[in-house]
Amino acid sequence: MLPEVTAKVGPPRALAVPWPLGFPLGAPDDPALQRRVLVAMLELLPRVDVPVLEDFSP
Amino acid sequence: MPRIEELPLWLRALLVAYPWRRIAPVPVAALQRPLSDCRVALVTTAGLVPPGAEPFDAHARGGDVSYRVIEAGVSVPRLADHHRSNSFDHSGIAKDRNLALPLDRLRELAAERVIGDVAPRHLSFMGSITAPGRLVGDSAPKAAALLQEDGVDVALLVPV
Repeated sequence: MLPEVTAKVGPPRALAVPWPLGFPLGAPDDPALQRRVLVAMLELLPRVDVPVLEDFSP
Repeated sequence: MPRIEELPLWLRALLVAYPWRRIAPVPVAALQRPLSDCRVALVTTAGLVPPGAEPFDAHARGGDVSYRVIEAGVSVPRLADHHRSNSFDHSGIAKDRNLALPLDRLRELAAERVIGDVAPRHLSFMGSITAPGRLVGDSAPKAAALLQEDGVDVALLVPV
């Protein structure tokens, strides 16, 4: 995803990831990393001070 | 982190000029129950198509706004990549579809009781929709209604 575009569109909760387009969850065949990204997304759910755009730290 | 200035010139020009739509005020739904009791669905824009389903139309004017339903029991490696865009590297998804639709990861989170359970149906759109009117007015509301019908509490969008 592109943080500049996400900031313009303003979805309620979004996680900015550090990988190129096409690699939203980091890397293929890396279940541990993919899981960490998913959990980071889920951890945004209690936030109601929208729009939220948080950076993911690998 | 990918930045617009790192992209090819043609894509940069498209993204800068495109009239991005924003909903105001920002819609928000608070969690109604603990995450460990929530039913979670995935929504991808990677153009993944389940076995036997019709491919997305790569030549649809303004983009193909349809979606494919992906049953929870699908074998993730059997999902086919039918995304028409060359604006992103498809090689990672070609190796591991979980990169775009992390259904195996969701199953694991349910087994660990991090989430309540995996929704029976998940959704796949193909991005590259330059004329989103029909998406906003028709297919997206129908997709949302499908998830509501399934009692989904949380929908995670994984864009490519």
